[in-house]
Amino acid sequence: MTPFLELRGVAVRLGRFRLEIDAVLSDGWSALFGPSGAGKTTLLEVITGLRRPDAGRIIMNGHMLFDAASKKNVPPRRRGIGYVPQDLALFPHLTVRQNLNYGRPPGDGDEFFTGVLERLEIGSLLAQKPDALSGGEKQRVALARALLARPALLLLDEPLTGLDGPLRERIIPFLQRVRDEFRVPTLYVTHSADEAVALCGRVVVLEAGRMMSEGAVHDLFVPRDSPGWRLRVLS
Amino acid sequence: MASLDWPAIFLSLGGALLAVALNLVPGVGIAWLLARRKWPGKAVVETIVTLPLVMPPVATGLLLLELLGRRGWIGHWLRAVNIDIVFTWKAVVIAMAVMSFPFVVRNARVALEAVSTRVEQVAATLGASSWRVAWTVTLPLARRGIVAGAVMAFARALGEFGATILVAGNIPGSTTVISTSIYNDIMLGHDADADALIAVSIGLAFAAILASELLLRERQS
Repeated sequence: MTPFLELRGVAVRLGRFRLEIDAVLSDGWSALFGPSGAGKTTLLEVITGLRRPDAGRIIMNGHMLFDAASKKNVPPRRRGIGYVPQDLALFPHLTVRQNLNYGRPPGDGDEFFTGVLERLEIGSLLAQKPDALSGGEKQRVALARALLARPALLLLDEPLTGLDGPLRERIIPFLQRVRDEFRVPTLYVTHSADEAVALCGRVVVLEAGRMMSEGAVHDLFVPRDSPGWRLRVLS
Repeated sequence: MASLDWPAIFLSLGGALLAVALNLVPGVGIAWLLARRKWPGKAVVETIVTLPLVMPPVATGLLLLELLGRRGWIGHWLRAVNIDIVFTWKAVVIAMAVMSFPFVVRNARVALEAVSTRVEQVAATLGASSWRVAWTVTLPLARRGIVAGAVMAFARALGEFGATILVAGNIPGSTTVISTSIYNDIMLGHDADADALIAVSIGLAFAAILASELLLRERQS
């Protein structure tokens, strides 16, 4: 594994809650796994630069993004980190095409644009407004918008939460396609072991603001008796 | 046959439009600061902005007169560069602007608060500067509420009487507006002229408030 994102002694205090992370993420797809309230979304906000930690350092691909000691703090717009929040946050007043173009680097070729559209099968939606899209379509548009900004790292916050079972099954192959074809290092937040196993090579387990364990997905998850996966109980 | 005081109608309409135009940039700016930022003195500014809404308009007018009069804090500086405000059409516009300012700020604030910060944050992660986020995301999404507030402010400015009569006076053909003209007509016993102007002002206010309601309803649906 090649280290890609380093979080060194990153600490955030939010009222009584305290998030403390020391982790190194590889350049593939990693799952950030944990129950609600574990601090997963807070950690994503810290990585994107939307929330400033109280302490620590964040280094991505050798570049210092945040360093509490030297007060360095690269703003979100210069971090090159794509972020798809749980509620997707599509721009409701813009068409799908305008949403997709929003973060595209100037002069970025049409080839990549059409490539993303084809892989995510959203080419026919360009003239629509987000309101007119189904849940799965919105999901794919939000993913495409993030990819088209050419991020160095992609953060997906529980992308399948809120979608019904059959729809989840249909979206997973799209995510696998994005993973295999665009090869953008991705941190995938989920509380579903099945999703983590289907999509990620490595997993970081977060609980109550602490990192409980980190490792290869197949070391940390074991098959259930019924179909599916669960977290191995660690001694 | 009633005769309409056209100069007063034009001054009211033109003055109200100009007052709202002057209010928009500072009003939306302050609304944004109130909606999106924490800063010391915020509650004080909030209160000052709301004051013209609850103070007797005559009191506001008197304050303006003392500020802008030839010996006033601002007035004596303006006097030095040969600008007279008090008892001119400019005073009409200023009185209207001050009295309608709370409507611009309060409506814009509600509209800006309704814009999801998540959407703004995602725009930033897509590489947008704060200005670009404001122009392409925040303001377009808050647009209806801001416009509705501007229309309400316009309606308020049209009806302005108390502050205007103190700081601009009631000079027919020069600073008389619809409301002060109605007052003149009543004092002089020209009831038919007063009724005609009342009809005009009801029509204008009705149209403005209806427009504002329609805009807000469209936003909700």
